[in-house]
Amino acid sequence: MSALSATVPEGEIRWKLPERGPVGMYCLIAAESAIFTIFVVAYIFYIGRSLTGPQPRDVLQVPVFFTICLLSSSITIHFAIQSLRGGKARAFALWWLFTIALGGAFLAGTANEWRHLIYDEGLTIRTNLFGTTYYSLVGLHAFHVTAGLLALAVVAVLALLGHVRQEHAERAEVLSLYWHFVDVVWVVVFIVVYVVGR
Amino acid sequence: MSTESMAWPVDEAAAPPLVERLHGWITTVDHKRLGILYILYALIFLVVGGVEAAIMRIQLIRPHSDFVSPQVFNRMFTMHGTTMIFFVAMPIVFGFGNYLVPLMIGARDMAFPRLNAFSFWMTAFGGVLLYYSFIGGDGLYGAGNAPDVGWFAYAPLTSPTFSPGHSTDFWTVSLLVSGIGSIGTAINFIATILCMRCRGMTLGKMPLLAWMNLTMSFLVILAVSPLTAAQVMLMIDRYLGGHFFDTQAGGSAVIWMHFFWVFGHPEVYVLVIPAFAFASEIIPVFSRKAIFGYPVMVAATICIAFIGMSVWAHHMFTVGMSAGANTFFVLSTMAIAVPTGIKIFNWLATMWGGRISFKTPMLFCIAFLFQFLIAGLTGIMLGVAPFDWQLGNSYFVIAHFHYVIVGGILFTIFGAFYYWFPKMSGRMYNETLGRLHFWLFLIGFHLTFDFMHIPGMLGMPRRIYTYEPGRGWDLWNLIITIGVFFQAAGVLVFVVNLLWSYLRGEIAGSDPWDAWTLEWSTASPPPIYNFAIIPEVMSRRPLWDLKHPEDPDWHYE
Repeated sequence: MSALSATVPEGEIRWKLPERGPVGMYCLIAAESAIFTIFVVAYIFYIGRSLTGPQPRDVLQVPVFFTICLLSSSITIHFAIQSLRGGKARAFALWWLFTIALGGAFLAGTANEWRHLIYDEGLTIRTNLFGTTYYSLVGLHAFHVTAGLLALAVVAVLALLGHVRQEHAERAEVLSLYWHFVDVVWVVVFIVVYVVGR
Repeated sequence: MSTESMAWPVDEAAAPPLVERLHGWITTVDHKRLGILYILYALIFLVVGGVEAAIMRIQLIRPHSDFVSPQVFNRMFTMHGTTMIFFVAMPIVFGFGNYLVPLMIGARDMAFPRLNAFSFWMTAFGGVLLYYSFIGGDGLYGAGNAPDVGWFAYAPLTSPTFSPGHSTDFWTVSLLVSGIGSIGTAINFIATILCMRCRGMTLGKMPLLAWMNLTMSFLVILAVSPLTAAQVMLMIDRYLGGHFFDTQAGGSAVIWMHFFWVFGHPEVYVLVIPAFAFASEIIPVFSRKAIFGYPVMVAATICIAFIGMSVWAHHMFTVGMSAGANTFFVLSTMAIAVPTGIKIFNWLATMWGGRISFKTPMLFCIAFLFQFLIAGLTGIMLGVAPFDWQLGNSYFVIAHFHYVIVGGILFTIFGAFYYWFPKMSGRMYNETLGRLHFWLFLIGFHLTFDFMHIPGMLGMPRRIYTYEPGRGWDLWNLIITIGVFFQAAGVLVFVVNLLWSYLRGEIAGSDPWDAWTLEWSTASPPPIYNFAIIPEVMSRRPLWDLKHPEDPDWHYE
């Protein structure tokens, strides 16, 4: 008997499947979202249940500037990908580095906020339930920002060495999906921690 | 027929030395080898977890037994549960999925081969961590100490006060690590199934096994991630002095239960959906009929996954929830019986009027149909909140979920072993030994788990290390333990059969079952590249079309 292709009649089958890179990244994002959901649920569940102070309204300041930094980094990474698609490697590198700078500024903002809370307000992860849930949720997000920055930095190094070219736009875009996810999660965390929970 | 003749010549002049071959297995990224690694790894843990179960049953064979101490008994039920779920059942279904999915969809490999290897080794490392607790559990001081908090590790048992030493930490880290592996595998399955299908294999023409692995993978992503999150919280509590589950600081013990069972119940479907997949591939081939109601099977699977995400708190009726919550979870639990029932009818309709061949894989699948039905019925009983208040945390519950996991899942897994053994090893298993395994295991299973319902109804709670004589439990416990020896004998026959057949079995050829899915179109065992020519398919049964060009399936689908 002949090979399987023998059963295919004349005429081309139209055959196009999704790219595995974005599919894999969307799945990872779904898994990460589930993890964040559990932390967010715990945060909301424990709002106002701390038996001792300090309470959120006493110590939390809304990080408006650093939030703007992080959210605008989503726009800059989008421009970076657009540049790479258009074959403009230098513009890509510049936008990409700008993205890293904005992400880094956000992380520095979080670090400073934590320093203030720990040294000035005396709030640590073991002080009360608020401390436990706050540092866990914001820390989980900061951990993801850090991981994202490391990945972005690897691409930045490759870009500066001239190894990132137009044909890599799809791959860079997969990474940018992760970065957009980190930003969207911050919107949720921001609303839960600084708006609802305060 | 010869896809084998199309295979490229392989130079098999001299087998490489042992070290080189082992190195090849350890560094492999081939989905078939990783699949086999998963399966072998799980088989080792199946024996380990089985020994732990046997230790518990020997302890309970008569009242006031002192075969093991209460402390050891607690460790045994914790390790048995954790091992069987995370290091036997999941690796086995992942192993079969890994091996079969790319072959069935006509792909060269998984979408991310290196992620695949990473996931396997994370799972393997998780198992090693769990068992390292026997020597490292107390840290550098004192004797060994495995976790003893039960497989769902309710707070506050896991707090540093009640779990000193590191035994609980090993449990936590082990599940965290293997959970990362599971999520990686799930991502890989989804990307493989969505992006790597051969030409012509639309979603509606995929083998049901691929559909069910796809659904299972979505469930893994949605269910295992919460467990990972909860384990991180537990580590924050234990290492950093957090208060998530610390009731004395305003934390909640009940929220751990929710987080655990948000994972725990979908996990049942993570395991049983691949079991359905095995049944859905084996039953049609041994009934010589195409699967009945393919689209309905797919719809029912997805339905089960959806409803399965919303039934978790039926594990918590005895905790004391509000009337509204109780009602919701009773109703959702009842609802899930509908798609499950549809599946059972579909399998029966597939067999109806077929030329059924009672080979070992089919025997296991038929037993699965009966046993899974009974497991579902006791599940409906326990899903009724007032009934659960009476029998929750009794041996009735133990009997129920072992009926699901052993009677449902393990039976189809054994069926899958016999069905795909010729493909994986290139040799046939011994049918006589296969039947002996089936009957021994069937008798042992029913002795143990049928009779386990009765002490449960007589009030015997789970997790007790001994009991008073004269409560009417003695005879039942004796029978239950006798069943264990039959099961152990069955597994022994199974292992002997695998080893003997691997070395001495008849050569199987590429398609010993006259089956219809793509894995049977390539050599047994398949070459590393799977298909010399990437196949194109026109229907759900590509090999049927090939064997019956005068009457191909795509005329009807």
